[in-house]
Amino acid sequence: MKIEVRGLDAYFRSTHALRSVSLGVPANTVLAIIGPSGCGKSTFVRCINRMHELVPGARQTGQIFVDGKDLHARGVDPVDLRRRVGMVFQRPNPFPTMSIYDNVVAGLRLNGIGGDHAELVEKSLRQAALWDEVKDRLHTSALSLSGGQQQRLCIARALAIGPEVMLMDEPASALDPIATAKIEELIRELRQQLTIVIVTHNMQQAARVSDHTAFFYMGELIEHGETEQIFTNPREPRTEDYVTGKFG
Amino acid sequence: MTKVHTDKSYDKELDELRAKLLTLGGKVENEIALSMRALAERDSKVAEEVLDADREVNRLEVIVDETCRRLLALRQPAASDLRLITTALKVVVDLERIGDLAVNIAQRAIDLNQSPPLRPVHDLQKLAELCQKQLRAALDSFVDGDAARAETVIKDDDLVDALYHNLFNELLGLMMEDSRNIRRANSLMFVAKHLERLGDHATNVAEMVIYMVRGTDVRHPHSRGLK
Repeated sequence: MKIEVRGLDAYFRSTHALRSVSLGVPANTVLAIIGPSGCGKSTFVRCINRMHELVPGARQTGQIFVDGKDLHARGVDPVDLRRRVGMVFQRPNPFPTMSIYDNVVAGLRLNGIGGDHAELVEKSLRQAALWDEVKDRLHTSALSLSGGQQQRLCIARALAIGPEVMLMDEPASALDPIATAKIEELIRELRQQLTIVIVTHNMQQAARVSDHTAFFYMGELIEHGETEQIFTNPREPRTEDYVTGKFG
Repeated sequence: MTKVHTDKSYDKELDELRAKLLTLGGKVENEIALSMRALAERDSKVAEEVLDADREVNRLEVIVDETCRRLLALRQPAASDLRLITTALKVVVDLERIGDLAVNIAQRAIDLNQSPPLRPVHDLQKLAELCQKQLRAALDSFVDGDAARAETVIKDDDLVDALYHNLFNELLGLMMEDSRNIRRANSLMFVAKHLERLGDHATNVAEMVIYMVRGTDVRHPHSRGLK
């Protein structure tokens, strides 16, 4: 398992956001997390790169292993961890005052990565399926890009520092269907190099891009299995109700 | 499943699909009953009714198909809803084929009614009754979502096959007895074959009902694992 979560509980002050969640993510697979708002999906992925603990009043118990190493073991540097476990958010968040090129380089500089930046920028933009669209205007503002392009730029920025795991929190929910399809295609390609955990409200998207799906409800992991099984023959009645639209 | 969809119009559409499929099933059952009556009572007028009834079955098949396509395109169904719709798409083909078999039997009846009756073949009526029972049980298992009942249908198809083989030999005997029997006995053999096929279609329906209810595909157990 690339990621192994054991008995994870997470809290925001008195709110119990995750309740004893255990699951594993094999390397080079995509795990989709589905569930209604407030079910703990985002909290779950934020625990995997130790972002949850940055929120005031937040705490967690249980263990998370990446490559068999406990994230909270002594000597684990959260900044170094976040280099290996990248994250992409719902709204594209390029650095607004920087060019396309500098946006990708910024990640490298922040992480003190030297070497041939031009080559790394091209490689990352190609990996993010953005290169052909921006190669002739690398030095124009990142804000000149469309929303979908900005999101792929953010993915390129995250890829530049060479992560092994990519966490994606609703990466396509602010995008149109074509931009969404490009992100989904990208997810399938990146899977060959990375392990991906994607949070999505769009169940068809989960069905399309993931190998495994986990359904969360009120902080609990209700069911976790192969995506095809979850969407054709879920074992748990609550999963059945959610994927067929019988909730609430 | 007593729980309703958040969007209740979705429930209504799925209920309509079930209702259309059942209407179709009922019409097909009626076709078979009429065609066997046409044969038993040597009534060609009744046989003609089957031909008319089958047009309605064909029309309903198209409507069920359309309904399924619309649901797939507009609702992106999942889990039990997906299994219901894919089951409907397949079951409708089997039911329509059963309707065609009833038409074939009715045509044989019209043909046989032109000649004097052959000695009564008791097992033919028995086979027809068994096949009708199988079809009824398959449709009931669909309505009730009753996988156990569907399993009985699959198991009982062996009885249909056994009865068919007896009948085949009996009719073959009649042909060998007197060559003047050949034409009529041959027609009855076709009727028996159509009934046996009807039983197979009822089995197909039952297999799909098990898939719909349990999500497991029970077809072709001996072909699994073959490349």
